[in-house]
Amino acid sequence: MTSTPRVGVLSLQGDVREHLVALEASGARTSMVRTREDLAEVDALVIPGGESTTMSKLALLFDLMLPLREAVAAGMPMYGSCAGLIMLANRIEDGRPDQETIGGIDITVRRNAFGRQVDSFEIPITIEAIGPQPFDGVFIRAPWVEQVGPGVQVLARIEQGPRAGTIVAVQHEGLLATSFHPEITGDHRVHQFFVESVRQRA
Amino acid sequence: MTDSSATTGTSRVKRGMADMLKGGVIMDVVNVEQAKIAEDAGAVAVMALERVPADIRAEGGVSRMSDPDMIDAIMAEVSIPVMAKARIGHFAEAQILQSLGVDYIDESEVLTPADYANHIDKWQFTIPFVCGATNLGEALRRINEGAAMIRSKGEAGTGDVSNAVTHMRTIRAELRRLSSMAPDELYVAAKEMQAPYDLVAEVAKAGQLPVVLFTAGGIATPADAAMMMQLGADGVFVGSGIFKSGDPARRANAIVQATVHFDNPDVVAKVSRGLGEAMVGINVADIPVHHRLEERGW
Repeated sequence: MTSTPRVGVLSLQGDVREHLVALEASGARTSMVRTREDLAEVDALVIPGGESTTMSKLALLFDLMLPLREAVAAGMPMYGSCAGLIMLANRIEDGRPDQETIGGIDITVRRNAFGRQVDSFEIPITIEAIGPQPFDGVFIRAPWVEQVGPGVQVLARIEQGPRAGTIVAVQHEGLLATSFHPEITGDHRVHQFFVESVRQRA
Repeated sequence: MTDSSATTGTSRVKRGMADMLKGGVIMDVVNVEQAKIAEDAGAVAVMALERVPADIRAEGGVSRMSDPDMIDAIMAEVSIPVMAKARIGHFAEAQILQSLGVDYIDESEVLTPADYANHIDKWQFTIPFVCGATNLGEALRRINEGAAMIRSKGEAGTGDVSNAVTHMRTIRAELRRLSSMAPDELYVAAKEMQAPYDLVAEVAKAGQLPVVLFTAGGIATPADAAMMMQLGADGVFVGSGIFKSGDPARRANAIVQATVHFDNPDVVAKVSRGLGEAMVGINVADIPVHHRLEERGW
Protein backbone atom coordinates (compact mmCIF):
# COMPACT_ATOMS: atom_id res chain seq x y z
CA MET A 1 0.00 0.00 0.00
CA THR A 2 1.06 3.57 -0.59
CA SER A 3 1.75 5.77 2.40
CA THR A 4 -1.61 7.47 1.82
CA PRO A 5 -4.23 4.88 2.71
CA ARG A 6 -7.73 5.10 1.33
CA VAL A 7 -10.15 5.25 4.25
CA GLY A 8 -13.88 5.04 3.62
CA VAL A 9 -16.66 6.35 5.87
CA LEU A 10 -19.82 4.26 6.07
CA SER A 11 -22.34 6.77 4.75
CA LEU A 12 -25.73 5.33 5.59
CA GLN A 13 -26.51 7.93 8.24
CA GLY A 14 -24.73 10.07 10.83
CA ASP A 15 -21.88 12.56 11.08
CA VAL A 16 -20.08 11.40 7.95
CA ARG A 17 -18.74 14.81 6.94
CA GLU A 18 -16.93 15.38 10.25
CA HIS A 19 -15.12 12.05 9.94
CA LEU A 20 -14.14 12.79 6.33
CA VAL A 21 -12.61 16.10 7.42
CA ALA A 22 -10.76 14.51 10.36
CA LEU A 23 -9.40 11.71 8.17
CA GLU A 24 -8.22 14.08 5.42
CA ALA A 25 -6.49 16.17 8.07
CA SER A 26 -4.82 12.98 9.30
CA GLY A 27 -3.27 12.20 5.93
CA ALA A 28 -5.76 9.74 4.46
CA ARG A 29 -7.56 9.78 1.15
CA THR A 30 -11.26 9.39 1.81
CA SER A 31 -14.44 8.22 0.15
CA MET A 32 -18.04 7.59 1.14
CA VAL A 33 -19.12 3.96 1.38
CA ARG A 34 -22.76 3.19 0.60
CA THR A 35 -22.49 0.01 -1.46
CA ARG A 36 -20.55 -3.24 -1.61
CA GLU A 37 -18.60 -1.79 -4.57
CA ASP A 38 -17.62 1.30 -2.56
CA LEU A 39 -16.40 -0.97 0.25
CA ALA A 40 -14.19 -2.96 -2.13
CA GLU A 41 -12.22 0.18 -2.95
CA VAL A 42 -11.06 1.16 0.52
CA ASP A 43 -8.19 -0.02 2.74
CA ALA A 44 -10.00 0.80 5.97
CA LEU A 45 -13.39 1.98 7.17
CA VAL A 46 -14.81 4.43 9.70
CA ILE A 47 -18.30 3.87 11.10
CA PRO A 48 -19.57 7.28 12.15
CA GLY A 49 -21.71 8.49 14.99
CA GLY A 50 -25.44 8.37 14.34
CA GLU A 51 -28.45 6.31 15.29
CA SER A 52 -27.24 2.71 15.58
CA THR A 53 -30.68 1.12 15.05
CA THR A 54 -31.14 3.06 11.81
CA MET A 55 -27.62 2.28 10.64
CA SER A 56 -28.07 -1.42 11.34
CA LYS A 57 -31.41 -1.53 9.50
CA LEU A 58 -29.98 0.28 6.49
CA ALA A 59 -26.94 -1.99 6.36
CA LEU A 60 -29.26 -4.99 6.17
CA LEU A 61 -31.63 -3.33 3.71
CA PHE A 62 -28.85 -2.38 1.30
CA ASP A 63 -27.12 -5.80 1.59
CA LEU A 64 -24.05 -4.33 3.26
CA MET A 65 -24.06 -6.27 6.53
CA LEU A 66 -22.54 -9.42 5.08
CA PRO A 67 -19.81 -7.62 3.08
CA LEU A 68 -18.96 -5.60 6.20
CA ARG A 69 -18.60 -8.79 8.26
CA GLU A 70 -16.48 -10.32 5.53
CA ALA A 71 -14.27 -7.24 5.52
CA VAL A 72 -13.78 -7.51 9.30
CA ALA A 73 -12.99 -11.22 8.93
CA ALA A 74 -10.47 -10.41 6.20
CA GLY A 75 -8.71 -8.02 8.56
CA MET A 76 -9.84 -4.63 7.25
CA PRO A 77 -9.05 -2.00 9.91
CA MET A 78 -12.14 -0.20 11.17
CA TYR A 79 -12.80 2.61 13.60
CA GLY A 80 -16.24 3.30 15.09
CA SER A 81 -17.36 6.25 17.22
CA CYS A 82 -20.50 6.02 19.38
CA ALA A 83 -22.98 4.24 17.06
CA GLY A 84 -19.87 2.87 15.35
CA LEU A 85 -18.75 1.35 18.67
CA ILE A 86 -22.11 -0.42 18.87
CA MET A 87 -21.80 -1.64 15.27
CA LEU A 88 -18.38 -3.16 15.98
CA ALA A 89 -19.39 -4.84 19.24
CA ASN A 90 -20.17 -8.55 19.36
CA ARG A 91 -22.97 -8.04 21.90
CA ILE A 92 -25.45 -5.21 22.75
CA GLU A 93 -27.44 -4.58 25.91
CA ASP A 94 -30.55 -2.40 25.63
CA GLY A 95 -30.52 -2.54 21.86
CA ARG A 96 -33.56 -3.32 19.81
CA PRO A 97 -34.32 -7.08 19.97
CA ASP A 98 -33.73 -7.39 16.23
CA GLN A 99 -30.70 -5.09 16.15
CA GLU A 100 -27.77 -6.69 14.35
CA THR A 101 -24.18 -5.53 14.48
CA ILE A 102 -21.20 -6.09 12.25
CA GLY A 103 -19.29 -7.35 15.25
CA GLY A 104 -15.59 -8.07 15.44
CA ILE A 105 -14.65 -6.72 18.87
CA ASP A 106 -15.32 -9.17 21.71
CA ILE A 107 -17.15 -6.70 23.95
CA THR A 108 -20.62 -6.12 25.34
CA VAL A 109 -21.84 -2.54 24.94
CA ARG A 110 -24.79 -0.89 26.61
CA ARG A 111 -26.72 1.44 24.34
CA ASN A 112 -27.60 4.98 25.60
CA ALA A 113 -25.88 3.87 28.82
CA PHE A 114 -25.12 7.38 30.06
CA GLY A 115 -28.76 8.43 29.64
CA ARG A 116 -30.82 10.62 27.36
CA GLN A 117 -29.72 13.87 25.69
CA VAL A 118 -30.15 15.89 28.89
CA ASP A 119 -27.33 13.75 30.34
CA SER A 120 -24.99 14.14 27.34
CA PHE A 121 -21.70 15.60 28.57
CA GLU A 122 -18.09 16.54 27.97
CA ILE A 123 -15.20 15.33 30.11
CA PRO A 124 -11.42 15.19 29.62
CA ILE A 125 -10.17 11.68 28.80
CA THR A 126 -6.59 10.44 28.85
CA ILE A 127 -5.74 8.07 26.01
CA GLU A 128 -2.15 7.02 26.55
CA ALA A 129 -1.91 5.59 23.05
CA ILE A 130 -2.28 9.07 21.53
CA GLY A 131 -0.21 10.99 24.06
CA PRO A 132 -0.33 12.49 27.53
CA GLN A 133 -2.39 15.56 26.66
CA PRO A 134 -6.04 14.95 27.73
CA PHE A 135 -8.62 14.57 24.97
CA ASP A 136 -12.00 16.35 24.99
CA GLY A 137 -14.41 13.45 25.37
CA VAL A 138 -17.79 14.45 23.92
CA PHE A 139 -20.46 11.92 24.89
CA ILE A 140 -23.85 12.20 23.19
CA ARG A 141 -26.50 9.68 24.28
CA ALA A 142 -23.41 7.54 24.39
CA PRO A 143 -22.94 3.80 24.88
CA TRP A 144 -20.35 2.34 27.21
CA VAL A 145 -18.40 -0.90 27.18
CA GLU A 146 -19.74 -3.22 29.83
CA GLN A 147 -17.63 -6.34 29.33
CA VAL A 148 -14.36 -6.95 27.57
CA GLY A 149 -13.29 -10.33 26.22
CA PRO A 150 -9.74 -11.66 26.23
CA GLY A 151 -7.40 -9.96 23.79
CA VAL A 152 -9.33 -6.68 23.79
CA GLN A 153 -7.20 -3.75 24.84
CA VAL A 154 -8.80 -1.00 26.93
CA LEU A 155 -7.52 2.39 25.68
CA ALA A 156 -9.46 4.75 27.92
CA ARG A 157 -11.81 4.94 30.87
CA ILE A 158 -13.79 7.73 32.50
CA GLU A 159 -11.36 8.97 35.16
CA GLN A 160 -13.45 11.00 37.58
CA GLY A 161 -16.90 11.26 39.07
CA PRO A 162 -19.59 8.64 39.64
CA ARG A 163 -18.80 6.85 36.37
CA ALA A 164 -15.07 6.57 37.05
CA GLY A 165 -13.64 3.35 35.65
CA THR A 166 -16.19 3.01 32.85
CA ILE A 167 -14.55 1.77 29.66
CA VAL A 168 -14.99 4.20 26.76
CA ALA A 169 -12.31 3.25 24.21
CA VAL A 170 -11.12 -0.18 23.08
CA GLN A 171 -8.92 -1.76 20.46
CA HIS A 172 -8.73 -5.30 19.15
CA GLU A 173 -6.17 -5.92 16.43
CA GLY A 174 -7.15 -3.56 13.60
CA LEU A 175 -10.46 -2.56 15.16
CA LEU A 176 -10.75 0.63 17.22
CA ALA A 177 -13.86 2.01 18.91
CA THR A 178 -14.78 4.95 21.18
CA SER A 179 -17.96 5.88 23.07
CA PHE A 180 -17.21 9.54 22.39
CA HIS A 181 -16.95 11.67 19.25
CA PRO A 182 -13.41 12.88 18.42
CA GLU A 183 -14.66 13.92 14.97
CA ILE A 184 -16.58 16.92 16.33
CA THR A 185 -13.75 18.30 18.47
CA GLY A 186 -11.24 19.47 15.85
CA ASP A 187 -8.59 17.41 17.71
CA HIS A 188 -7.49 14.82 15.17
CA ARG A 189 -5.22 12.67 17.35
CA VAL A 190 -7.57 9.68 17.45
CA HIS A 191 -7.97 9.75 13.66
CA GLN A 192 -4.19 10.15 13.24
CA PHE A 193 -3.69 7.14 15.50
CA PHE A 194 -6.14 5.13 13.39
CA VAL A 195 -4.66 6.20 10.04
CA GLU A 196 -1.16 5.41 11.34
CA SER A 197 -2.33 1.94 12.43
CA VAL A 198 -3.81 1.41 8.94
CA ARG A 199 -0.44 2.32 7.41
CA GLN A 200 1.40 -0.07 9.70
CA ARG A 201 -0.94 -2.98 8.99
CA ALA A 202 -0.47 -2.60 5.25
CA MET B 1 -25.15 13.37 36.26
CA THR B 2 -23.94 15.14 39.41
CA ASP B 3 -20.29 14.86 38.49
CA SER B 4 -18.57 18.24 38.71
CA SER B 5 -15.92 17.23 36.20
CA ALA B 6 -18.51 16.40 33.53
CA THR B 7 -20.24 19.30 31.78
CA THR B 8 -23.73 18.88 30.35
CA GLY B 9 -25.64 21.16 27.98
CA THR B 10 -22.59 22.52 26.11
CA SER B 11 -22.97 23.84 22.58
CA ARG B 12 -20.89 20.90 21.42
CA VAL B 13 -23.21 18.25 22.86
CA LYS B 14 -26.28 20.18 21.70
CA ARG B 15 -25.10 20.80 18.14
CA GLY B 16 -23.36 17.41 18.08
CA MET B 17 -26.65 15.66 18.84
CA ALA B 18 -28.06 17.16 15.62
CA ASP B 19 -24.93 16.06 13.72
CA MET B 20 -25.74 12.47 14.68
CA LEU B 21 -29.18 12.78 13.06
CA LYS B 22 -27.77 13.80 9.68
CA GLY B 23 -28.82 11.79 6.64
CA GLY B 24 -31.84 10.63 8.57
CA VAL B 25 -35.59 11.13 8.72
CA ILE B 26 -37.46 12.48 11.77
CA MET B 27 -41.13 11.53 11.77
CA ASP B 28 -44.18 13.10 13.44
CA VAL B 29 -46.08 10.55 15.52
CA VAL B 30 -49.23 10.99 17.62
CA ASN B 31 -49.27 7.71 19.56
CA VAL B 32 -47.20 4.70 20.60
CA GLU B 33 -48.26 2.59 17.59
CA GLN B 34 -47.09 5.22 15.14
CA ALA B 35 -43.83 5.66 17.07
CA LYS B 36 -43.14 1.94 16.71
CA ILE B 37 -43.89 2.03 12.99
CA ALA B 38 -41.51 4.97 12.60
CA GLU B 39 -38.72 3.26 14.53
CA ASP B 40 -39.20 0.02 12.58
CA ALA B 41 -39.04 1.99 9.34
CA GLY B 42 -35.61 3.37 10.27
CA ALA B 43 -36.45 6.85 11.56
CA VAL B 44 -33.51 8.49 13.40
CA ALA B 45 -35.92 10.20 15.81
CA VAL B 46 -39.62 10.80 16.32
CA MET B 47 -41.50 14.02 17.04
CA ALA B 48 -44.20 13.32 19.62
CA LEU B 49 -47.27 15.52 19.20
CA GLU B 50 -51.02 15.25 19.69
CA ARG B 51 -52.10 16.20 16.21
CA VAL B 52 -50.12 16.23 13.00
CA PRO B 53 -50.06 19.62 11.24
CA ALA B 54 -52.68 18.54 8.67
CA ASP B 55 -55.17 17.94 11.50
CA ILE B 56 -54.18 21.11 13.34
CA ARG B 57 -54.92 22.95 10.12
CA ALA B 58 -58.25 21.17 9.60
CA GLU B 59 -59.48 21.46 13.18
CA GLY B 60 -58.28 24.97 13.94
CA GLY B 61 -58.27 26.39 17.47
CA VAL B 62 -55.25 26.93 19.69
CA SER B 63 -52.59 24.28 19.38
CA ARG B 64 -50.31 23.63 22.37
CA MET B 65 -47.62 21.37 23.77
CA SER B 66 -48.71 17.70 23.97
CA ASP B 67 -49.88 15.90 27.10
CA PRO B 68 -46.85 14.74 29.14
CA ASP B 69 -48.47 11.29 29.51
CA MET B 70 -48.49 10.86 25.77
CA ILE B 71 -44.86 12.00 25.45
CA ASP B 72 -43.80 9.69 28.31
CA ALA B 73 -45.52 6.72 26.68
CA ILE B 74 -43.65 7.30 23.44
CA MET B 75 -40.31 7.74 25.24
CA ALA B 76 -40.94 4.44 27.01
CA GLU B 77 -41.76 2.65 23.77
CA VAL B 78 -38.94 3.60 21.42
CA SER B 79 -35.18 3.64 21.94
CA ILE B 80 -34.45 6.32 19.33
CA PRO B 81 -34.43 10.01 20.32
CA VAL B 82 -37.78 11.65 21.03
CA MET B 83 -38.45 15.29 20.20
CA ALA B 84 -41.46 17.37 21.21
CA LYS B 85 -42.85 20.78 20.29
CA ALA B 86 -43.25 23.89 22.41
CA ARG B 87 -45.07 27.03 21.27
CA ILE B 88 -42.92 29.91 20.02
CA GLY B 89 -41.86 31.92 23.08
CA HIS B 90 -43.48 29.53 25.57
CA PHE B 91 -40.52 28.91 27.85
CA ALA B 92 -42.67 27.20 30.52
CA GLU B 93 -43.74 24.53 28.02
CA ALA B 94 -40.06 24.10 27.17
CA GLN B 95 -39.22 23.75 30.88
CA ILE B 96 -41.82 20.99 31.15
CA LEU B 97 -40.41 19.19 28.13
CA GLN B 98 -36.93 19.40 29.59
CA SER B 99 -38.14 17.96 32.89
CA LEU B 100 -39.77 15.07 30.98
CA GLY B 101 -36.37 14.32 29.48
CA VAL B 102 -37.17 14.66 25.78
CA ASP B 103 -34.05 14.70 23.62
CA TYR B 104 -34.80 17.80 21.53
CA ILE B 105 -37.36 20.61 21.70
CA ASP B 106 -38.87 22.04 18.53
CA GLU B 107 -39.90 25.66 19.12
CA SER B 108 -42.45 25.37 16.40
CA GLU B 109 -44.63 27.60 14.26
CA VAL B 110 -46.94 24.60 13.83
CA LEU B 111 -48.30 25.34 17.31
CA THR B 112 -50.03 28.63 18.11
CA PRO B 113 -47.39 31.19 19.13
CA ALA B 114 -47.35 32.22 22.79
CA ASP B 115 -45.28 35.37 22.33
CA TYR B 116 -45.51 37.58 19.27
CA ALA B 117 -42.27 39.43 20.02
CA ASN B 118 -39.81 37.06 21.67
CA HIS B 119 -38.65 33.54 21.06
CA ILE B 120 -37.46 31.32 23.92
CA ASP B 121 -34.02 32.12 25.36
CA LYS B 122 -32.67 28.71 24.47
CA TRP B 123 -29.29 29.22 26.16
CA GLN B 124 -31.09 28.73 29.49
CA PHE B 125 -31.74 25.06 28.73
CA THR B 126 -29.68 21.86 28.89
CA ILE B 127 -31.87 20.31 26.18
CA PRO B 128 -31.10 21.46 22.63
CA PHE B 129 -33.64 23.25 20.44
CA VAL B 130 -34.48 23.09 16.75
CA CYS B 131 -36.20 26.09 15.18
CA GLY B 132 -37.73 26.83 11.80
CA ALA B 133 -36.41 29.43 9.36
CA THR B 134 -37.50 30.78 5.99
CA ASN B 135 -34.26 32.65 5.27
CA LEU B 136 -30.72 33.07 6.55
CA GLY B 137 -31.43 36.08 8.78
CA GLU B 138 -34.16 34.18 10.60
CA ALA B 139 -31.87 31.15 10.98
CA LEU B 140 -29.12 33.32 12.46
CA ARG B 141 -31.50 35.03 14.87
CA ARG B 142 -32.58 31.62 16.14
CA ILE B 143 -28.96 30.46 16.46
CA ASN B 144 -28.18 33.65 18.34
CA GLU B 145 -30.96 32.74 20.79
CA GLY B 146 -29.37 29.33 21.26
CA ALA B 147 -30.94 27.05 18.64
CA ALA B 148 -28.64 24.06 18.02
CA MET B 149 -30.36 22.94 14.82
CA ILE B 150 -32.33 24.70 12.08
CA ARG B 151 -35.00 23.37 9.78
CA SER B 152 -36.52 25.09 6.79
CA LYS B 153 -40.13 25.86 7.67
CA GLY B 154 -41.81 24.93 4.45
CA GLU B 155 -45.58 24.91 4.92
CA ALA B 156 -46.47 22.18 7.39
CA GLY B 157 -49.54 20.01 6.93
CA THR B 158 -49.94 20.62 3.20
CA GLY B 159 -48.01 17.88 1.43
CA ASP B 160 -46.93 20.71 -0.89
CA VAL B 161 -43.14 20.81 -1.02
CA SER B 162 -42.86 24.17 -2.78
CA ASN B 163 -42.26 26.31 0.31
CA ALA B 164 -39.67 23.91 1.69
CA VAL B 165 -37.87 24.31 -1.65
CA THR B 166 -38.14 28.10 -1.55
CA HIS B 167 -36.79 28.28 1.99
CA MET B 168 -33.91 25.87 1.40
CA ARG B 169 -32.91 27.63 -1.83
CA THR B 170 -33.15 31.02 -0.14
CA ILE B 171 -30.95 29.99 2.79
CA ARG B 172 -28.38 28.36 0.47
CA ALA B 173 -28.34 31.35 -1.88
CA GLU B 174 -27.88 33.78 0.99
CA LEU B 175 -25.02 31.67 2.36
CA ARG B 176 -23.29 31.78 -1.03
CA ARG B 177 -23.85 35.51 -1.30
CA LEU B 178 -22.50 36.12 2.19
CA SER B 179 -19.33 34.12 1.62
CA SER B 180 -18.56 36.14 -1.52
CA MET B 181 -18.79 39.49 0.26
CA ALA B 182 -15.90 41.76 1.14
CA PRO B 183 -15.33 42.04 4.90
CA ASP B 184 -16.45 45.67 5.00
CA GLU B 185 -19.78 44.71 3.40
CA LEU B 186 -20.71 42.35 6.21
CA TYR B 187 -21.79 45.16 8.54
CA VAL B 188 -24.61 46.16 6.25
CA ALA B 189 -25.39 42.51 5.52
CA ALA B 190 -25.82 41.95 9.27
CA LYS B 191 -28.07 44.99 9.50
CA GLU B 192 -30.21 43.86 6.57
CA MET B 193 -30.52 40.32 7.89
CA GLN B 194 -31.27 41.62 11.40
CA ALA B 195 -28.66 39.22 12.71
CA PRO B 196 -25.67 39.87 14.98
CA TYR B 197 -22.51 40.90 13.17
CA ASP B 198 -20.21 38.34 14.84
CA LEU B 199 -22.41 35.45 13.76
CA VAL B 200 -22.74 36.87 10.24
CA ALA B 201 -18.94 37.22 9.98
CA GLU B 202 -18.44 33.66 11.27
CA VAL B 203 -20.91 32.24 8.75
CA ALA B 204 -19.43 34.32 5.90
CA LYS B 205 -16.00 32.87 6.65
CA ALA B 206 -17.19 29.26 7.03
CA GLY B 207 -19.60 29.40 4.08
CA GLN B 208 -22.08 27.35 6.06
CA LEU B 209 -24.28 27.51 9.13
CA PRO B 210 -22.61 26.56 12.43
CA VAL B 211 -25.47 24.10 13.02
CA VAL B 212 -27.19 21.33 11.10
CA LEU B 213 -29.85 22.37 8.56
CA PHE B 214 -32.77 19.99 8.00
CA THR B 215 -35.75 20.44 5.74
CA ALA B 216 -39.39 20.36 6.82
CA GLY B 217 -42.88 21.37 5.83
CA GLY B 218 -44.61 19.56 2.97
CA ILE B 219 -42.39 16.55 2.31
CA ALA B 220 -44.70 13.68 1.31
CA THR B 221 -42.85 11.38 -1.11
CA PRO B 222 -39.42 9.74 -1.53
CA ALA B 223 -38.84 12.08 -4.47
CA ASP B 224 -39.55 15.11 -2.25
CA ALA B 225 -36.95 13.88 0.22
CA ALA B 226 -34.39 13.20 -2.52
CA MET B 227 -34.89 16.66 -4.00
CA MET B 228 -34.51 18.41 -0.65
CA MET B 229 -31.33 16.47 0.10
CA GLN B 230 -29.92 17.43 -3.30
CA LEU B 231 -30.76 21.05 -2.54
CA GLY B 232 -28.48 20.82 0.48
CA ALA B 233 -30.59 19.62 3.41
CA ASP B 234 -28.71 17.57 6.03
CA GLY B 235 -31.80 15.48 6.72
CA VAL B 236 -35.58 15.46 6.60
CA PHE B 237 -38.55 16.05 8.90
CA VAL B 238 -41.75 14.40 7.71
CA GLY B 239 -44.92 15.45 9.47
CA SER B 240 -48.32 14.62 8.07
CA GLY B 241 -46.86 13.01 4.92
CA ILE B 242 -46.46 9.55 6.44
CA PHE B 243 -49.39 8.88 8.72
CA LYS B 244 -51.88 10.70 6.45
CA SER B 245 -50.98 8.32 3.61
CA GLY B 246 -52.40 4.93 2.60
CA ASP B 247 -49.54 2.71 3.77
CA PRO B 248 -47.53 4.57 6.43
CA ALA B 249 -45.01 1.80 7.24
CA ARG B 250 -44.04 1.36 3.63
CA ARG B 251 -43.95 5.06 2.83
CA ALA B 252 -41.89 5.77 5.95
CA ASN B 253 -39.31 3.18 4.96
CA ALA B 254 -39.27 4.41 1.36
CA ILE B 255 -38.58 8.00 2.47
CA VAL B 256 -35.76 6.74 4.73
CA GLN B 257 -34.13 4.90 1.82
CA ALA B 258 -34.57 7.82 -0.56
CA THR B 259 -32.92 10.13 1.97
CA VAL B 260 -29.81 7.91 2.15
CA HIS B 261 -29.55 7.37 -1.62
CA PHE B 262 -30.85 10.83 -2.55
CA ASP B 263 -28.38 11.10 -5.42
CA ASN B 264 -29.15 7.66 -6.86
CA PRO B 265 -32.35 7.87 -8.96
CA ASP B 266 -32.42 4.08 -9.44
CA VAL B 267 -32.91 3.58 -5.71
CA VAL B 268 -35.41 6.43 -5.40
CA ALA B 269 -37.37 5.00 -8.34
CA LYS B 270 -37.39 1.54 -6.81
CA VAL B 271 -38.68 2.68 -3.43
CA SER B 272 -41.29 4.96 -5.03
CA ARG B 273 -43.21 2.00 -6.46
CA GLY B 274 -46.48 0.76 -5.00
CA LEU B 275 -46.67 3.11 -2.01
CA GLY B 276 -50.43 3.55 -2.24
CA GLU B 277 -52.15 6.85 -1.70
CA ALA B 278 -50.03 9.86 -0.78
CA MET B 279 -51.60 12.38 1.57
CA VAL B 280 -54.21 14.37 -0.34
CA GLY B 281 -52.55 17.70 0.25
CA ILE B 282 -53.42 21.36 -0.06
CA ASN B 283 -51.78 23.77 -2.47
CA VAL B 284 -49.96 26.44 -0.48
CA ALA B 285 -51.23 29.00 -2.99
CA ASP B 286 -54.80 28.21 -1.91
CA ILE B 287 -54.10 29.07 1.73
CA PRO B 288 -54.62 32.74 2.61
CA VAL B 289 -51.31 34.30 3.65
CA HIS B 290 -52.48 35.01 7.20
CA HIS B 291 -53.30 31.30 7.66
CA ARG B 292 -49.84 30.15 6.63
CA LEU B 293 -47.73 28.73 9.42
CA GLU B 294 -44.48 29.92 7.80
CA GLU B 295 -45.51 33.48 8.67
CA ARG B 296 -45.16 32.69 12.37
CA GLY B 297 -41.78 33.50 13.93
CA TRP B 298 -39.92 36.82 13.93
